[in-house]
Amino acid sequence: MNYPLIFSIAKTHLVSRFKQSAVAALGVTFGIGTFITMIGFMTGLNDLLDGLVLNRTPHVHLYNEIKISEKQPIDFITNPAEELSIVRSVQPKFNQIRIHNALPILDFLNKDKRVKGAIPQIKVQVFYKAGAVNLNGILNGIEPLQEDRLFNIGDYVIEGNVQLLKNTPSGIILGAGVADKLKLSLGDRIYISSPNGALFQLKIVGIYQSGLAEVDDIQSYVNVKMAQRIMGQSESYITDINVKLHDLALSVDMASQLSQQFNVSAIDINAANAQFDTGTSIRNIITYAVSITLLIVAGFGIYNILNMLIYEKMNDIAILKATGFSGKDVQYIFITQAMVIGIIGGSLGLIVGFLLSVLIDNTPFKTEAVPTLETFPVNFDPVYYIIGIIFALIATFLAGYLPSRKAKNIDPVEIIRGQ
Amino acid sequence: MNKNIVLKAENINKYFRVPTLFHVLKDISFEIEKGEFVSIMGKSGCGKSTLLYILSTMDTDYNGALFLDGEDLSHKSADQLAFIRNQHIGFIFQFHYLLQEFTVLENVMLPAKKLGIKSLEEIEHDAIEKLRLLGIADQAKKLSMRISGGQKQRVAIARALINKPSIIMGDEPTGNLDSKNSEIVFSILKELSEEEKLSLLVVTHDIDFAKKTNRIIEMEDGRIIS
Ligand SMILES: Nc1ncnc2c1ncn2[C@@H]1O[C@H](COP(=O)(O)OP(=O)(O)O)[C@@H](O)[C@H]1O
Ligand SMILES: [Mg+2]
Repeated sequence: MNYPLIFSIAKTHLVSRFKQSAVAALGVTFGIGTFITMIGFMTGLNDLLDGLVLNRTPHVHLYNEIKISEKQPIDFITNPAEELSIVRSVQPKFNQIRIHNALPILDFLNKDKRVKGAIPQIKVQVFYKAGAVNLNGILNGIEPLQEDRLFNIGDYVIEGNVQLLKNTPSGIILGAGVADKLKLSLGDRIYISSPNGALFQLKIVGIYQSGLAEVDDIQSYVNVKMAQRIMGQSESYITDINVKLHDLALSVDMASQLSQQFNVSAIDINAANAQFDTGTSIRNIITYAVSITLLIVAGFGIYNILNMLIYEKMNDIAILKATGFSGKDVQYIFITQAMVIGIIGGSLGLIVGFLLSVLIDNTPFKTEAVPTLETFPVNFDPVYYIIGIIFALIATFLAGYLPSRKAKNIDPVEIIRGQ
Repeated sequence: MNKNIVLKAENINKYFRVPTLFHVLKDISFEIEKGEFVSIMGKSGCGKSTLLYILSTMDTDYNGALFLDGEDLSHKSADQLAFIRNQHIGFIFQFHYLLQEFTVLENVMLPAKKLGIKSLEEIEHDAIEKLRLLGIADQAKKLSMRISGGQKQRVAIARALINKPSIIMGDEPTGNLDSKNSEIVFSILKELSEEEKLSLLVVTHDIDFAKKTNRIIEMEDGRIIS
């Protein structure tokens, strides 16, 4: 097989039908360009949303759940296998919200090699007070710098910062909704009342905005010590432990192991955020479906144009065969044309897709949900560019294959006789 | 077998099955010697073209045996036959069959490039040589659709010559030309047979031309009658 010769014949055919070749190539360009743009945008969005969840959600969350005892008192004196006991109107047993032995657990976790960090949290129900107004609220007692290192709380502090909280024992990072309702701003003071009625004055060192109104209207952050003081508890009073692992995949195993070992409730990140996976895969399906549809349309364009070309080139095919080109040679001439269209159109598509992506990447986009975001997120992962060009090559190969087979099987005698 | 026999047909029979069964070639047997210029004559529809397509290996749907340079061609694969056409058989059609979008030179070079034995420079040199032999070297760089009918037929002859074939076949190569151009083409063919010892088998309607060839094969209703 003489590829340079076959290629030069294919090239001459393409160049002498420049307009049609260009239209066919542009079809591919359109398909691939759209694919690259859409996939970059969609996955950029996915990564952002996933990142949001992954960044601020603990991989394993330990807490004490209020729940009904599995073994009711009657079960201690009867044998459930022999007797049926019915207990109506079961109430949960009084359970302390605190985690038993929280400090040793934290110690233990922080020594574990799989753990990137385990930090305490103290949840306190309070009222924000302003004159006669009492607003329901939740204070989270945190270790500001650790919380930022592991769960990026700093990304959501839109005024002030976490360092200030660390430096100010009676500081508070106030939920944006609360600040808004009480007309408070950075540097102001706020009174809160504890569950047992004690009043505390706190200094606002930051404003926190997650983008979720129901969170921002309620939640604020203080130092661990402050939270314990408000509760009137010692430093062993810890209600939650948040764990970040080096490997996210271990979170399920880790959660069940910890829950058994320490007799606490443990929830892993997958269970907490199952719905995000669904959103991601649906967006991916849409992207691929649209792109494949466009490529099929482009493929039909190539198919049509090559079919037409083969009818126009019957004489050429007969001459080539009469002068010693085999059916395969002729087939390769036309497949080569399809592939050239695919390569040029596909490469242009990658460039167009890239330029559009850059354009989108630079389009201003502000959202309350993600205060750190300035422009639309776009993913420039080269993998999608490779997928795109492979798509283009497969589509054009299929579109060129059928017409080229016809060319291969043309009987030169019929053409020559037909004149 | 005689070393000097270039082409040998033995009992070739061919049928068309559509629209009705039609015995188009009946027991065709003949030989062509090296350097011989043979013409085939016969009424329109007697099967001359059909025979030529079989002899040129483009049509393989026949009974009988066909030998080129002593080699049996009847059972070769399509790819093998394509190779044999490329190297050993030159074909000139009634209509000027050239690749329209290629230059004259490229058209002539094409079979040699396909054969792929010589370097590109050698092929180009040979092609220009052939064009000069046919008196159209000045047209080499033109697109083949931009030259006259007589010139086109000479390009086709140059193309048929490029691989130094064992035999050149022509199906009414002058049938579509005016008398002046016919004369030119015919005298070129005559010259080639005499000076280059080329074997030629040409279908023609022109009795004057046929008389100038070494031998006339006459056909009637699918049979050779003399
Ligand atoms: N593909 C075909 N199917 C059926 N009959 C054919 C076909 N091609 C040619 N014929 C018939 O075969 C006979 C010989 O044709 P052809 O070889 O072209 O004659 P010539 O070249 O001598 O004029 C004619 O009667 C023609 O009608
Ligand atoms: Mg004929």
